[in-house]
Amino acid sequence: MKRVVVGAHYGLGSWLAQRITAVIMALYSVILLVVFMSGRPITYGAWHDLFARGWMRVGALLFGVSLTWHAWVGVRDILMDYAKHDGLRLALQVITILVLAMYLGWTVQILWR
Amino acid sequence: MSSAAAKKPRPKYLSLSALLFEIRLPAPAWVSGLHRISGALLFFPFAAWLLYLLDTSLASEEGFARVHDQYLRSPFVKLGLLIFIWAYAHHFCAGIRFLLLDLNKGIDLPRARTTSYAVFAVSLLFTIFFGWRLW
Repeated sequence: MKRVVVGAHYGLGSWLAQRITAVIMALYSVILLVVFMSGRPITYGAWHDLFARGWMRVGALLFGVSLTWHAWVGVRDILMDYAKHDGLRLALQVITILVLAMYLGWTVQILWR
Repeated sequence: MSSAAAKKPRPKYLSLSALLFEIRLPAPAWVSGLHRISGALLFFPFAAWLLYLLDTSLASEEGFARVHDQYLRSPFVKLGLLIFIWAYAHHFCAGIRFLLLDLNKGIDLPRARTTSYAVFAVSLLFTIFFGWRLW
């Protein structure tokens, strides 16, 4: 079987995923901004209740998953441009994946504690 | 591309000082470069920092008080928060511009320049507004 790892369509999926996740995060950001700017004083009770709501948790999780995917494509692009040594690039990519996995796990832990 | 052209070494004149002081980059180039820098900063350290703040403030009433009444009153923390807000606002505005460019909106040079200045203006105004709210 002939495998094509480079070429005109390589990365199209990543490119599209980065844009779709960007739109998801942009929408959630606007919703968050409206909630924060609504002018109510921020107390522990209000803050805790806000993140106890189902839509807020699901939205935050969706944001977290989108961020993970979006940041992976972005950081990988940066590493492909500047980290020319293959071993170094691979090591940095592995670290990136571990950091992003940690962020996502941490997010779930915060939201459903 | 012919192989002769591909093999010929191209002259390179790129350094940070040249980019900053000698070559006058057009506004769209600054939007693009700062989009990359702000994106890298949001990945690290800002995402980790915000998760830490969210974790502490949601964990307990004392944690919330520590973040809200002490930590966020420090001028260094406020400065850090302000840099985060700028990075997020710039990444957001420049990102929307790139999405529009992908849809072939505003790709002619005059409008590409205008929207670049708009990105700087909106993200800086946003940062100033939140700076005013923070202090």
